[in-house]
Amino acid sequence: MIEFSIDGRSFDNKQVLSSINLSLEVGTSLCIVGPSGCGKTTLLNALSDLNGAKGSVTWKGNVPEVGYLFQQPRLLPWRTLKQNLMLVESDEAKVLTMLGAVNLIEYADYYPTRISLGMARRASLARCLLLNPDLVLMDEPLVSLDSPTAQQMRQLIRKLICDDAQKCLIYVTHDLDEALEIGDKIAVLGKSPSEIVFTADAETLSKDKLEQELRNQLGL
Amino acid sequence: MILGKLRDQLVALLVLLVIWFVAASVVNSSLLPGPQEVADSMYTEWNQGRLLENLLVTLQRVAISFTCAMLLGGLMGVLMGRIKVVNRILDPFLIMLLNIPALVVIILLYIWFGLVEAAAVAAVIINKMPNVAVTLREGARMYDPELEEMAKAYKFSFKQKFFDLWWPQLFPYVMVATRSGLALIWKIVLVVELLGRSDGVGFQLHLAFQVFDVATILAYSFAFIAVVQMIEWFGLQPLEKYATRWQRGDQRD
Repeated sequence: MIEFSIDGRSFDNKQVLSSINLSLEVGTSLCIVGPSGCGKTTLLNALSDLNGAKGSVTWKGNVPEVGYLFQQPRLLPWRTLKQNLMLVESDEAKVLTMLGAVNLIEYADYYPTRISLGMARRASLARCLLLNPDLVLMDEPLVSLDSPTAQQMRQLIRKLICDDAQKCLIYVTHDLDEALEIGDKIAVLGKSPSEIVFTADAETLSKDKLEQELRNQLGL
Repeated sequence: MILGKLRDQLVALLVLLVIWFVAASVVNSSLLPGPQEVADSMYTEWNQGRLLENLLVTLQRVAISFTCAMLLGGLMGVLMGRIKVVNRILDPFLIMLLNIPALVVIILLYIWFGLVEAAAVAAVIINKMPNVAVTLREGARMYDPELEEMAKAYKFSFKQKFFDLWWPQLFPYVMVATRSGLALIWKIVLVVELLGRSDGVGFQLHLAFQVFDVATILAYSFAFIAVVQMIEWFGLQPLEKYATRWQRGDQRD
């Protein structure tokens, strides 16, 4: 079980997140949806100890190894894919195996500037997994991808993370279909300063019900 | 493509030589010697060993002052670019250094410390350092914050941050500072030598100036320009090409 609480989060005296408590069974995934600007990315940044906002995160039990897949691939453009991954894992064999797992082995020596966004996202996923994280954070990893490429990426996420009984996933998205497909649980983050206002098992939830919850949050 | 570029440059050089030759023939004065007289003067200086000896002395001064100015100015610029309080403290000094005329620094250091090598080199460093600092301060301010976050999330070591994250982003600015540095430093070194040293290209120019020997002045000038051009062609350009290969059409390493 991974459990954490966030004691609020604020930038320049503007509170973005209220107090948040969440827990995940090991091997499960949680999708977080919510209106734009509600603090979904801030929540992920807090869990990854980024961006220096005020407010602390308390982990119950051992602090998990966190792997963060940003919305943009954030690969170093002056390093090849293999070199990018070797900054995280020095064992070349492991790096090449991971590149193979995301179907990029033949592009190992390519620069990120010379491959498509979908390929760069896959390379970024491989880099994240090389950390062997207990908890994977994903911030809208399918945004701006065409439908077949997004489907390919979804399959990889399911295969490499959701099907791994040792990993937890927190997945932020605007796409409700995507959330219901990937998440074992769904959480809705309310308007800023936000808190978790609704949680449910994905199996028991319909898209209509989820949409209704979001409309309620937006006051529509 | 490279051959075409070389051909264009050779044609431009040839046109310049023809113009110079015609102008010198028309004026017909020792104050404007033609290409042949300058070449003769260069040959004589070379044969007597003076040209190479003085070129090496000046090159040594350029190398030492360039290295020190790049290191000190680079450090100052990066710290100012990254740490706001350092920038606030050092900015007035930087502006002052940028605005002090090179000649004033040279004269003051010669007066305070005497006509010694250390004063000569220090004068060049003080003149160049602020330009390097300004350029690299801009470079350090342009670091990509998203890549900084990524490096933090993936727990990059300091060595990885330096060589894989910061240095590649700073490199274009280092190249700008290097190019402008070389061009500026060797000119300041000549002034320093002319005013207070007894060797080097600047000193030879001083001797030639006293007897209005324009052919020798041009011979030394062209010899040094040729050396700096060689550094550009065989040092800086290949280095820059290698470091920026990811920006060009190269798909792979």
